Amino acid sequence: MNKLLLCNEAVAQAAIDAGVSGMYAYPGTPSTEIMEYFISSEEAAKKNIHRQWSSNEKTAVEAAIGMSYAGKRAMVAMKHVGLNVAADAFMNVAVTGVNGGLIVVVADDPSMHSSQNEQDSRFYARFANIPCYEPSNQQEAYDMVFDAFRLSEKYRLPVLMRLVTRLAHSRAPIKFKTDKNHQKNITLPDDPMQYILLPANARKRNKILIENYEMVRFDNRLSKFNSFEDGKERRMGVIATGVAYNYLKENISSSENSCPILKISAYPFPKDIVLGIFSRCEEVIVLEDGYPFLEESLRGLLDNGRKIYGRMDGTVPRDGELNPNIVARALGISSNNYTPVPSVVKPRPPQFCKGCSHIDMYLALNEAMRQYGNGRVFADIGCYTLGALPPYKSISSTVDMGASITMAIGAADAGLVPSVAVIGDSTFTHSGMTGLLDAVIKKSPITVIISDNSTTAMTGGQKSQATGMLDKICLGLGVEPEHMRVIAPLPKHHEENVGILREEIAYNGVSVIISRRECIQTAKRKRR
Amino acid sequence: MKKDIILSGVGGQGILTITSVIGLAAMKSGLRLKQSEVHGMSQRGGDVQSHLRISDGTIFSDLIPMGECDIIISVEPMEALRYIPWLSKNGWVITNAVPFENISGYPPISDIISELEKIDNHIIIDAGEVASRINSPLSGNIVVLGAASPYLEVVSSSSLEDAIRLFFSTKGEDIVEKNILAFNEGKRISEAIIRSKK
Repeated sequence: MNKLLLCNEAVAQAAIDAGVSGMYAYPGTPSTEIMEYFISSEEAAKKNIHRQWSSNEKTAVEAAIGMSYAGKRAMVAMKHVGLNVAADAFMNVAVTGVNGGLIVVVADDPSMHSSQNEQDSRFYARFANIPCYEPSNQQEAYDMVFDAFRLSEKYRLPVLMRLVTRLAHSRAPIKFKTDKNHQKNITLPDDPMQYILLPANARKRNKILIENYEMVRFDNRLSKFNSFEDGKERRMGVIATGVAYNYLKENISSSENSCPILKISAYPFPKDIVLGIFSRCEEVIVLEDGYPFLEESLRGLLDNGRKIYGRMDGTVPRDGELNPNIVARALGISSNNYTPVPSVVKPRPPQFCKGCSHIDMYLALNEAMRQYGNGRVFADIGCYTLGALPPYKSISSTVDMGASITMAIGAADAGLVPSVAVIGDSTFTHSGMTGLLDAVIKKSPITVIISDNSTTAMTGGQKSQATGMLDKICLGLGVEPEHMRVIAPLPKHHEENVGILREEIAYNGVSVIISRRECIQTAKRKRR
Repeated sequence: MKKDIILSGVGGQGILTITSVIGLAAMKSGLRLKQSEVHGMSQRGGDVQSHLRISDGTIFSDLIPMGECDIIISVEPMEALRYIPWLSKNGWVITNAVPFENISGYPPISDIISELEKIDNHIIIDAGEVASRINSPLSGNIVVLGAASPYLEVVSSSSLEDAIRLFFSTKGEDIVEKNILAFNEGKRISEAIIRSKK
C-alpha cells in the first residue's frame, strides 16, 4: 500500500510494522511527529504499543533501555539537542549493549530553523561506537528501520538513525512492507551481568563494544545503504551523504558525462568503498548536510593526500543546510540566474499569537522590573523565548532546557540581585525542577516565574507532564508556601499582577510565581 | 511532465491544507510527489512555505531549486513576492490580494500589488471578499487554490474537488460543500481574468 507520509511518520509506521513494543520521546522540532503518529495510530493502539511522552529525552532513552532489557523492540525519538540531555544514558547503553532491538532516532536541524545550534548527531554515534543510519529519502528511512532493528539485535548494539529537518518534514508516498513482524515476548538477557556497569564489568563490555563496532561495518544490513555509481568522468568524483545525495542527483541526473558517485547512508563502512572512488578519480568533492564529519576524517590531521573539496576549504559553505543551488555552485554548474526578492518585502519573524498568556506575563514583568534595569531576566526554551523580540525585549538569555533557573542562581551568586527566571511548565518538568531544588537548598535570592500554559505549546500542544501538579511539585521541592503565588495573566489583572511580582522580586529568598492561563491554540483545538 | 509548486503565506493561514489537497490529488492521479513543509516555530505567525514537487519521473530533491518553480500559490500578497527567486522565467504567481498585517512597518499594499504586476504571469484575487460572499470566511485558502487550478495541469479540477471532499470529510457535509463552492468560485474568477487578458 502507498500512503503519503512525512519522513517522521514513515519511521514511526516502520517501527510499528517491525514489531516495536515501546515508543518514547519528548517533543522537539523537527522530531515531534514521530511520537504524534504513534499516538494517533489506530494500529499502534490495537497492538497495545506503549506510546506516551516522557518528561525529557533522558527519561525517554532510559525507559527504552528498560523495554529492550526485557527483550522487546524499542524506539526513542528526539531532536538533536535532546540527545545532549540523554547523553549519559545513550553513551552507557552502547556499553551495556541491548537485548531487544533499540533505535535512537535523532532529528538534526542544520540552519537552525527551530534550534539553538546545528550539532551533527553522526558524531554522537561515532562517540558511542555504534552504527548510524542516515537516510536520503522517506522510503529509505522506512526500509532502514527493519534492518536497524535486526542489526541492533544481531550485534546487541543500539543504533542511531539521523534525520535532518528537510527530510523529517517532507512527505512522499511510502510503500509499506507486507510481511510485518510480531512483537517479541519477554526474554531477559542471557548474561545477568550485561547491564551492571560496575567498573570491572564495564571494562569487559567496552572491549565487546569496540570489537562489535569493527565487525558491524561489514554487515550487509548496514553496507547495503551505501552504493557506488560509476561514471565516465575521471577527474572528479563525488561522495554524498544522506539528503546531500538528492541535491547532487537533482543537478547531475540528466548530464551525460556524469562523475562517479559514492552515496553514504550508513556508518561505519569498510575502507574499500572509499578507496574505490579515490582509485578512479584524481579529486573528490564531499557533500554532507551537517558538519564536515566524513570530510574531516578523509582529510585526516595532515591533509596531505589526494585533493578533497568540501566545507573545510570553502567549496561548500562552512555552516548551514545544503540545497540544490549550493550543491550546483560547489559542482561548478552555473545555476539559473534568478530574480532577487523585491525590496518591498519585509521579514516576518514568528511572534506571540494574539491573546497569548505569555504577553500579559511579560507586560507585567517588564513593569515590575523597571526599577532594577535591564539584563536580569533569564529565560528558557519555548514560545516565551519570543519575549526577546520587540516590543517586549524582556529577557537576556535562552541557552538550554532548564538554564533559566540555574543561570539566575549563578548570577545571584555573583551578586546580581534580584535575578529572575522565566520558564514554561513543560520545560520546568523537563529540566527545571532540579535547578529549583538547588535554589531552595541554597536559599538563592531568585524569583522563578513559571509561565504555565498547561501544554508543550511550541511543538504543537503536546501534553505537559506538570498540568494540574505544578503547585504541589514546587511546594514538594521546598518552596515556602507564602512565596509561591499564582497569578492569572489577563489585562484586567495587570495592576494586581505587577504588585505580586514586585513583592516577590523584592523577597530575599526563593519565590515562585505561577502565571497560569491555557495556551490559546490548545484551547482552540479543544473547542473543535 | 513535472510541476514544481511553492505555496506560501503566514503561519495559520492554511498553507498545509492546500498543499495536502494538491498532494492527495496527485497521489490519486498516480503521480510521484515530494512535499516539503515548515513545522515548528515559524508556524507562530511567521512566514511559511511548502515546496510541492509533482512528476511522472523520479524526484530527487525535496526542495525546488531557485529559478525552477512553475507556480507560486500564495494566500498573502507580500509572501508571494518572498519566493520570486524560485520562480522560473515562464512561471505563474497566483495570490490573494488581501494583506495579513501582523508586523510593524508592513509596506503599503499598493507597492506590493505593483511589484506583483511586474511579473509576466500573475493572477491577483481578493480571496477574502469571495470567501465572505459565499459565507465561508475561513475558506480563503481554498479560493486561492481554485484560482490556481487552471495552471496546475498535472492534476485536474475534478481530482482536486475529490481531494477537497476527502480532506474535509471528517468535518461534515456543510464544510465540504462550502469548500467546494470556494474552490469553484476561485476557479471561475481566475478563468474570467484569463479571458479578459486574451
